[in-house]
Amino acid sequence: MRHVFQVRIGPVGFRIGSDWRAPIAQLEALYAAYPKPVDGVPDFTVRLFAARSWRRVVRPAVMIGGDYVLPEAAPLPLAQGLLAAEMGMNLQMALGQRHFLLLHAAVVERDGQALILTGVSGAGKSTLAALLSLRGWRLMGDEFALLDPATGLLHAFPRLVSLKNASVATVAAEVPVDRLGPVLEGTPKGTIRHLVPDAAALAGMDVPARPALILFPSFGYESATRDVAQSEVFVRLTQASTNYVAMGERGFDALTGLVQGVPARAIDYPDTDGAIALVEAAWAAR
Amino acid sequence: MGRALDGWLLAQTLRDPGGTVALGAEAWTALLAIARAEQMIGTLAWRLNGLTVPPSVAHILADARASAEQGRVAALWEAEAARRVLVPLGVRVVLLKGTAFVAAGLHAGQGRSIGDLDILVPRAALDAVEAALLEAGWEWVKPDPYDDAYYRQWMHELPPLIHRDRDRMIDVHHTILPLTARITPDAGALLADAVELKPGLWALSPNDMLAHAAAHLFADGDLAGGMRNLWDVHCLIAEFGTDGLAGRAAQHGLSREVGRALRLAAALYGEGARLTPADRLYLRRLTARDGWGRATRPFTRMAFYIRSHWLRMPPAMLARHLWTKWRKG
Repeated sequence: MRHVFQVRIGPVGFRIGSDWRAPIAQLEALYAAYPKPVDGVPDFTVRLFAARSWRRVVRPAVMIGGDYVLPEAAPLPLAQGLLAAEMGMNLQMALGQRHFLLLHAAVVERDGQALILTGVSGAGKSTLAALLSLRGWRLMGDEFALLDPATGLLHAFPRLVSLKNASVATVAAEVPVDRLGPVLEGTPKGTIRHLVPDAAALAGMDVPARPALILFPSFGYESATRDVAQSEVFVRLTQASTNYVAMGERGFDALTGLVQGVPARAIDYPDTDGAIALVEAAWAAR
Repeated sequence: MGRALDGWLLAQTLRDPGGTVALGAEAWTALLAIARAEQMIGTLAWRLNGLTVPPSVAHILADARASAEQGRVAALWEAEAARRVLVPLGVRVVLLKGTAFVAAGLHAGQGRSIGDLDILVPRAALDAVEAALLEAGWEWVKPDPYDDAYYRQWMHELPPLIHRDRDRMIDVHHTILPLTARITPDAGALLADAVELKPGLWALSPNDMLAHAAAHLFADGDLAGGMRNLWDVHCLIAEFGTDGLAGRAAQHGLSREVGRALRLAAALYGEGARLTPADRLYLRRLTARDGWGRATRPFTRMAFYIRSHWLRMPPAMLARHLWTKWRKG
């Protein structure tokens, strides 16, 4: 393709090709400190392309393709090309990843132990992960937890943190502007701004960690914490996994190992300060 | 290998895995993308198993083998689910394509991606089979009355059914080509000469597997998935030879198609063959991929797409069909 960018995020290499220069230039800037795929051979290919050749120029619309695709995916305007690239990379992971059991979750690490934050969209996973990374935790990822069935360890996947809507301002207030991407308005998920993970996250991207605690955060409630039964954790994590079924027995063994070995709590929080306090308390009590 | 980065790269690698020592990062990347696009990454992974490849590639191929193995387990389980429902009917349930290959432990099944469960049953038993599947949790996929009526009147299979719990599709065939096609294979002979794999589950005889692959490729579809189908052909011939194949193909009216399948499989994966000009056009279509896994050669593709409809139905019917589909958008 005309414009190409390659990057490695934790154990996964990507090749992104584009009909346009702009999304590639943004990726180059934001992923500048990341390594390249091992041996120069990426795990997955993403393609950003125009549905018709004239749509490169006239009202350019970015179609998302790659090794693995959803048939009915709608195109994005070129101004959201960076988001298209990120969605394309996530899609390859969600549909094509077969080495790790994938959980839709944010992961942070401290003292070699990992905290998994999972929950429905809007629960605040990305926001909490970003804020915790500013308070002494190592960011391992804000989108996918990569659980290795062979070892039970979590591998880091510290892609750009995807901040949405109100959390953009919350996090932007605490980080230098050179770690923030362009503001993407009017996306299918509202306003999005990407945050480049910090130096500790990048330096540690090849260091896995043993899971120590699972939290299910919910935003918009009075502060509360409750234990979650293993049966409920199991069901919620199967729903949070994009490849649990495709992984078959390996996925089942990995997930039951995680659920039986790691405590889980639900935390309700009214605001970010409350959330941080609840997370720290739950971590201390694990 | 000094080849262009198209489907030939995949074909040459499957033919001669040792040639991969010459591949650089760009060619490896292209090879993996093309193999995925052709749904042959599992096949490639098995073919290269045990060879020294770059560590990143070894890692990707190991995952592909594990994934294909899980696909095999799931496909066999789906066949077993159908067997349990259909055994009481007392009819032959003949597995087709990928599921048959893995159930019979054939080389063609090694690493093969398997989507739907395809089975062949006697046409007289179609209503009973459909009723039993509906009773056991399979549901209609196509609610459109035109599509449904079209399938029932003209196709070689029921409209596809999907299982509501397992989300897996089943295609119930009563022959191997649409009734509108100009060729009418001997469906009775397919069933009569099937081989029992285990109580209640059958597979076509090897020669009929080849006839089916050829019919599907050259008398029905637009060659999508053709590289994989010809790999099946290549493996079946390597395993069973071609004794009696010409006579069987003639019996089904598929001599031309089977002959072409043998030549093209030999050209891609074997020792080569004397090709006709038309064969070369087929190969041009079959290998139309670039190093990004993209479909290339749009005019050739379109020509074969139009041809596939032309083969499937007489001109007046084709016009009516396309008109109806077009109006529905």
